[in-house]
Amino acid sequence: MAFEIPNFTPALPEIFVLTMICVVLVVDLFLTDKNRSITYLLSQATLLGAAVLTVVVQSSVPEYTFSGMFVNDSMGTVLKLFIYLSTSVVFIYSREYLIERNLFKGEFFVLTLFSVLGMMVMVSANNLLTIYLGLEVLSLAMVAMVALNRDSSISSEAAMKYFVLGAIASGMLLYGMSMLYGATGSLDHTEIASFVTQGSTDDIVLKFALVFIVIGLAFKLGAVPFHMWVPDVYQGAPTAITLFISSAPKIAAFAMLMRLLVEGLGGLLVHWQDMLIIIAVLSIIAGNLIAIAQTNLKRMLAYSTISHVGFLMLGILAGTSDGYSAGMFYVIVYALMSLAAFGMIILLSRSGFEADTLEDFKGLNQRSPWFAFMMLITMFSMAGVPPTVGFYAKLAVLSAVVEIGLVWLAVLAVVFSVIGAFYYLRVIKFMYFDKAVDTAPISSAYDMRAVMSANGVIILLLGIYPTGLIALCVSVMP
Amino acid sequence: MPLLSLVIWLPILGGLAVLAASRHTSDANIRWMALAVSAVTFLVSLPLFFSFDNSTHEMQFVEMAAWIPTLNINYHLGVDGISMPLILLTAFSTIFVVAAGWEVIKDRVAQYMAAFLIMEGMMIGVFAALDSVLFYVFWEAMLIPMFIVIGIWGGPRRVYATIKFFLYTFFGSVFLLVALIYLYFQADKSFAILDFHALQIGMEAQILIFFAFLIAFAVKVPMWPVHTWLPDAHVEAPTGGSVILAAIMLKLGAYGFVRFIMPIVPDASFELDWLIILMSLVAIVYIAFVALVQEDMKKLIAYSSIAHMGFVTLGFFMVFTIFEKSGSIQGAALGVEGALIQMISHGFISGAMFLCVGMMYDRMHSRNISDYGGVTNTMPVFAAFFLFFAMANAGLPGTSGFVGEFMVILSAFQANFWYAFLAALTLIFGAAYTLWMVKRVLFGEIKNDKVAKLTDLNGRETLILGTLAAAVLILGLWPAPLIDVMHATVNNLLEHVVVSKL
Repeated sequence: MAFEIPNFTPALPEIFVLTMICVVLVVDLFLTDKNRSITYLLSQATLLGAAVLTVVVQSSVPEYTFSGMFVNDSMGTVLKLFIYLSTSVVFIYSREYLIERNLFKGEFFVLTLFSVLGMMVMVSANNLLTIYLGLEVLSLAMVAMVALNRDSSISSEAAMKYFVLGAIASGMLLYGMSMLYGATGSLDHTEIASFVTQGSTDDIVLKFALVFIVIGLAFKLGAVPFHMWVPDVYQGAPTAITLFISSAPKIAAFAMLMRLLVEGLGGLLVHWQDMLIIIAVLSIIAGNLIAIAQTNLKRMLAYSTISHVGFLMLGILAGTSDGYSAGMFYVIVYALMSLAAFGMIILLSRSGFEADTLEDFKGLNQRSPWFAFMMLITMFSMAGVPPTVGFYAKLAVLSAVVEIGLVWLAVLAVVFSVIGAFYYLRVIKFMYFDKAVDTAPISSAYDMRAVMSANGVIILLLGIYPTGLIALCVSVMP
Repeated sequence: MPLLSLVIWLPILGGLAVLAASRHTSDANIRWMALAVSAVTFLVSLPLFFSFDNSTHEMQFVEMAAWIPTLNINYHLGVDGISMPLILLTAFSTIFVVAAGWEVIKDRVAQYMAAFLIMEGMMIGVFAALDSVLFYVFWEAMLIPMFIVIGIWGGPRRVYATIKFFLYTFFGSVFLLVALIYLYFQADKSFAILDFHALQIGMEAQILIFFAFLIAFAVKVPMWPVHTWLPDAHVEAPTGGSVILAAIMLKLGAYGFVRFIMPIVPDASFELDWLIILMSLVAIVYIAFVALVQEDMKKLIAYSSIAHMGFVTLGFFMVFTIFEKSGSIQGAALGVEGALIQMISHGFISGAMFLCVGMMYDRMHSRNISDYGGVTNTMPVFAAFFLFFAMANAGLPGTSGFVGEFMVILSAFQANFWYAFLAALTLIFGAAYTLWMVKRVLFGEIKNDKVAKLTDLNGRETLILGTLAAAVLILGLWPAPLIDVMHATVNNLLEHVVVSKL
């Protein structure tokens, strides 16, 4: 059998990022703390380069390479670009925060870039093994990042939980994949898909495989009842890491759902649809109800993430092209809002002080009307109130479920989003209606202020004119 | 010229400009700037009335542009005889809100003024929107500035009141959203309100849609028994907030009834009109008793608003009974037109009443009726105005309050004697609670030192109340121009409503 050299071109961005990670790792060895910003700039350059390469190698028809294990299609291109974008924003937001906490080390950048690489592989996976490979690269790097602040016992605890629960989830996923392999005789998504649509879907092994895969995915997404790790990790990790965990990996998780469930197991829609309905309903209910009781903002946002994941699933479970694009729109919008919310915590934090409780936001309108307004927009967007972009995300997923006749699901989702509105309003109440107790001036770097403002303004502008982003999400769906 | 867009965006952009200017200029300039924006907006809105074609029910001043083509959502504006007067009312009222906050608001003036200007644009947007998503966006978005206004500049229990206000209305509107999405798929992926009007819908779906709409609009009106947010919101809101709430926001709910419920689900409305009539009559009779025992002036006027809005919904939903009995829409048109006039008139009167209470509160820092007495001795000019508006509130002939109520009661006689009897009781109860309050506040001996030290209205306040008094009088003595504007639209609405869509 002759060894055929695979076509490397579609995977150029991945190859570039991997190379650059090694470069950053080596270069960082020779830098003193004073010159650490070179690492920072190199990392940003990596993301920029990857973005350029991704655009250059994009293809409108799916391109397969590495014996069909890797796919380069337009959905992947768009998702990757948003992963770079949010990671780049994470770097900007967290720079000062990390310096103040003595965490501004090469490890942070290398690990983050490794996670980005893992996410890219996930996004482009067309094979169960590729998905697993990407997922593990992402997870292991993230566990190390959660534990980055090694003197903090709460961070170590969070990392431990994350690692153990993540390992269980991976085990579930692998078990499901092995059953799938047993039933179909292939690891390739395209072949699995054709087997599922042609063969008898009553195959009990196939359904068992599906159950385990859905459990594994729900774990990774942090959906109820597999959500226990989310609040602890969000609260325990340094805010800069939480900022990262809550944004880009959600986009990758969406890609994983699409690749596995839709592209691989689309023929089993009737089966996974019911499972996702249960998971989505539970996530929306539990996430919104428990968030009300939180006093720690990071923890509150963690529960809010759980409910957003439920909403995101509403789009996917519709099983229509409109639904998938609605889900994609939702996840991108969510990443945007999450960046703004956690970014605001970082903005208000300073050396030796974490602004991560609700009380810390008291009277923000007096201290800085502009950033209070940005947070106001973010909170209303998360609650789904127009004219912010969060409303269109909800509108899109709701119309997806109404279209397939699940009106009750839409009603349930909106009722709990009203309950959810309460805790977002409470944040605004602290910012606008209470007197400031902490009157220390808000000091932060100019680039952070500028990007933070842009982030909030974009949430508002997309709320007034969401057309481009919606059209983009629709155009990349088959 | 895109007149409607101008009326919507001018105050919104003006509000943003006020916010932006606040760093560089004094509060005094901010006030003048806000006043200028609101005045210009009103002037710009006037051509809507003067170039309005009374002879047609078609939408006028239509603007249409693609907004989100993938979901077939359009930036589609237009007004008819129902929405146009309400837009003018909104632009008119905002001027008084800006003027009323002139001296009292000292804290964060720019934010206060900007909130009201932005809210004005959004409320006008609700009235002008012909695309239901656009409608919904404005409908929800205006909650944000109101939430802020009550929360920042409100009274001691402002946080409770404003969160209750927001959640109550938000809860109502989400059902509206689901209903709109459902209709979108029924209407072959169109969000246009006029397409919804033309839809054929089965009875079961109509009933469900009816209730989804009813929750949204009944909360906003507010109808008994979902009115409990209103007294809290009114009492805690600053004067300007109360004026906007009473004069405009309540009308938005009533507007929803004629724009959405009646034309889209007429059969369900026919089937369930007894429910609305019952809720309206309870509001008129029971809430009037509740108003009678209030100690707080603002609360009393808030309850009186609920009772008056009961008249509006009663006027709308008697249509079906009248048509059934008489077979003609002429009698029913009287009720609907009466209800619409009542909406405009209540905008003037309740706004003026809240402004009056606000002026007393600014001087005494109390709204309790028992803290007052003999105000007429120290504030004669004010007392004259207050008495006049109280009389109008009670439905004195010659004032605008009389016209609408009279038309609705007259029309009620065609529907059912008891409807008319119960509705007419309001003339007695309304007079009782309003005039009893006036008696306790204005007349009698000077009650305490604080009242003795009161100063009468200044020029600004006299101008505000004088203008409103003139409006109440003109509409009361000569309502014909307003009725002419509405006539074609109302007839078309009724012809549409009495045709089954099953």
